[in-house]
Amino acid sequence: MTKTTQQAVRTPISTGSDWTFELIEEYNLAIAKIAEEYKLDTYPNQIEVISAEQMMDAYSSVGMPVGYHHWSFGKQFLNTAKRYQRGQMGLAYEIVINSNPCIAYLMEENTMMMQALVIAHASYGHNSFFKGNYLFRTWTDASAIIDYLLFARNYVSQCENRYGIAAVEQIIDSCHALQNYGVDRYKRPSAISAAEEETRMKEREEYLQKQVNELWRTIPESKEKAKNKKRRRFPEEPQENILYFIEKNAPLLEPWQRELVRIVRKISQYFYPQRQTQVMNEGWATFWHYTIMNTLYDKGLVNDGFIIEFLKSHTAVIYQPGFDSPWYSGINPYTLGFAIYSDLRRICEHPTEEDQKWFPDIAGSDWLETLHFAMKNFKDESFILQFLSPKVIRDLKLFCVLDDDKASEYRISAIHDDNGYRHVREQLAMQYNLSYREPNIQVWDVDVRGDRSLTLRHIPVDRVPLADDTEEVLKHVHRLWGFDVHLESVWNDEVLQSYHCPPANTEEE
Amino acid sequence: MGLTHIIDRRLNGKNKSAVNRERFLRRYREHIKKAVADAVQKRSITDIDRGESVSIPSKDIAEPVFRHGRGGKREYVNPGNKEYVTGDELAKPDGGGGGGAGQGKASNSGEGIDEFVFQISQDEFLDFMFEDLELPNLVKKQLKDTTAYKYVRAGYSSHGTPAKINIVRSLRGAYARRMALTGKTRERLKLLEKRLAELESEPEIKDPAFSQAEMIRGIKDEIEYLKKRIHKIPWIDDFDLKFNLHVKQPVPSTSAVMFCLMDVSGSMSQMHKDIAKRFFILLYLFLKRNYQRIDVVFIRHHTSAKEVDEEEFFYSRETGGTIVSSALKMMKEVMDARYPANEWNIYAAQASDGDNWNDDSPVCSQLLRDQILPFVQYFSYIEITPHEHQMLWHEYEKILNEHGDTFAMQHIVDAGDIYPVFRKLFQRKAA
Repeated sequence: MTKTTQQAVRTPISTGSDWTFELIEEYNLAIAKIAEEYKLDTYPNQIEVISAEQMMDAYSSVGMPVGYHHWSFGKQFLNTAKRYQRGQMGLAYEIVINSNPCIAYLMEENTMMMQALVIAHASYGHNSFFKGNYLFRTWTDASAIIDYLLFARNYVSQCENRYGIAAVEQIIDSCHALQNYGVDRYKRPSAISAAEEETRMKEREEYLQKQVNELWRTIPESKEKAKNKKRRRFPEEPQENILYFIEKNAPLLEPWQRELVRIVRKISQYFYPQRQTQVMNEGWATFWHYTIMNTLYDKGLVNDGFIIEFLKSHTAVIYQPGFDSPWYSGINPYTLGFAIYSDLRRICEHPTEEDQKWFPDIAGSDWLETLHFAMKNFKDESFILQFLSPKVIRDLKLFCVLDDDKASEYRISAIHDDNGYRHVREQLAMQYNLSYREPNIQVWDVDVRGDRSLTLRHIPVDRVPLADDTEEVLKHVHRLWGFDVHLESVWNDEVLQSYHCPPANTEEE
Repeated sequence: MGLTHIIDRRLNGKNKSAVNRERFLRRYREHIKKAVADAVQKRSITDIDRGESVSIPSKDIAEPVFRHGRGGKREYVNPGNKEYVTGDELAKPDGGGGGGAGQGKASNSGEGIDEFVFQISQDEFLDFMFEDLELPNLVKKQLKDTTAYKYVRAGYSSHGTPAKINIVRSLRGAYARRMALTGKTRERLKLLEKRLAELESEPEIKDPAFSQAEMIRGIKDEIEYLKKRIHKIPWIDDFDLKFNLHVKQPVPSTSAVMFCLMDVSGSMSQMHKDIAKRFFILLYLFLKRNYQRIDVVFIRHHTSAKEVDEEEFFYSRETGGTIVSSALKMMKEVMDARYPANEWNIYAAQASDGDNWNDDSPVCSQLLRDQILPFVQYFSYIEITPHEHQMLWHEYEKILNEHGDTFAMQHIVDAGDIYPVFRKLFQRKAA
């Protein structure tokens, strides 16, 4: 679509701030048309109008339209309700998860402008991201997630009826503690399907138990055989997916407990791409709501009041407080993402000499094609590494601080200048690398023929140790595993620190 | 481009999180109970039944995950540089982090806020307050009062609400009516049909007067007419409808009366009276909440006793000397007049500072032992005094030894004891 600003007579769809269902439909049609012009490919949309209370419900279940019951969601709800009542937070005006159809929520208290903004942001921005980005395409199955969540909810409540709420809660608590370690980072998981889960669950339960029994067999083997066999390490390779390992190998878990582990693991896996594409996803949605709303204005479909109200809201969304501001709580993913996409468009449309040098392939190319390419084929880490331009670094005045516990002072290692761009870019990309953000902990060894203890190994990066509540997490691992659990921080074959559950009797140091 | 559905969900349940919230409250009930107990002590008489904000130490409800701790070498990217250039060195703030240079989000979450605060409603507050409490020894007694009914089936009626339509009966009625109203017509119809069949099977006879074809036509016309008539009878009519009939029957139920006996004599200081009132308010709330139909009799006494209403009991300032037995006598009178022991569960709570005429105390225990305790389910005595116990307490102690199951006594020194003592007196005992 070329930018022929038709300053024709303004015939706005609406002028007041009140919304009606007819108006929502009209705006949606107009927005859909613009989205099509910009080649945004989306899943079908389901737009639900809900009240503030319902929004709090949605918010406290991580946006899942159906979720199993757990106290932690109740805690989240109480917290949200309190903060909302005190006016400390406007409710997030958009919550959306990748499902087919893509469900977005409009809050009834919103003005017409806000409803249009949310439709543009969620139903066309996020939606097209979910459908286009390679992580979502390969790792998640949008058409099956709702059914799976329903299956999970029913299964959990069946277990509660059969084994008691407390017993189920304990297992889920422990799984939640490990849910970030319930994902395959490199292997594509099998698709989620509720129907299949249901039919295969029974078989799987039996099969699993059999396998576990095999592993933990205590019937002595013939001596000859035993001699031939050296002590094999189990697992042969370190395992990064701790929950998966537990589901398949924990000696004492009942079949239903294994299924609960699996449910938490599957849901965690489903949201894994979400966690890896925060900046890209929010940036994409923000870029498109901005572009679509401005196009609405250019077409004369909205009036000045509307666009001013929009700009005010948009500015608030992409506000980035400086590092020294009392409001500072890290880099705002909306700001960063929006800045990168916007600058990408500028590089394509109005390249400078600097751009020619930094981005020879894309400077002057078709902006729409380039943006779609960027959206489809990256995750936060690689996206930043690839597309963060010197101009954005300058605009945001990004700089690096080195905090070394061996030095007595912080050091500014790079700033937004010629010598610093590359370093800032690398460091920022690293900051969004999940395997850097979370400690690297893997299943290292199981003493299969001995005390059945499980050993996890932590590989610290740059000597960063584990946090103080590590012992607490270990208790959860212990609950699932059923036998002693050890965790060692190992660097260069040297054990820097070790944790045990139950705590080791022998005094250490 | 996909389709778009716009759905109004506002009328759907908004309490999706109710179960999760309830789970949370259940998990932390010990914390909440403690907060409630603390709140009860702090509150004044009038606002004892509000909601409450409960706070729980954050570390108790934390959900631990593996995280990076402090230390090692790390590099952060921050926005909004003002005057720094590469190579600048900045002093680390005390405590090794936080503050200026801004830690990554991960290392800071979970710290900073020490208390998790949330609201519970008035209902929930009272639930927690009176949890596991009950009136002891409550038994079913036959009751003349007729406020409790049970509905029982009593045949059928031709009037009623749509919800109670008895379909089988109604259709049976309709069928009978249709049979009755169309009987004659059907008979005639049958006859005609038979005749028609005969005519059609007979060979044609030449008869100029009655041509067979004409006769057949005539019969067919009549058959059609009759069928129409039958068809006109409504399939179901208003007076076919039959409804299930239910009638009210009174049922025996538990009925109980609580006597509140309060000492307002001059020896009770303002603080004592306040404690006594707060105790009774607690009791009153508890009774109102957990027992829908319960009578409460308020008796206040100094040298003479008087039955008063709720308002006067809690707010009047009348005072005088002390004769405790006057209240017990009064209670006995009221019992005899209005609450026969074979129909009522009778309870009493007495509050006093124990400062009585020494001659009167034996009279009290005599009264209690002979005329009151045999008829009541439970009698509790609280003594509010920071001083040594006097005659009355010692007299009552004797009773305690004889009637441990129906008599209880507790000692309150200051306002902080009210709620614990209250809980002790009405603790639900294992069945």
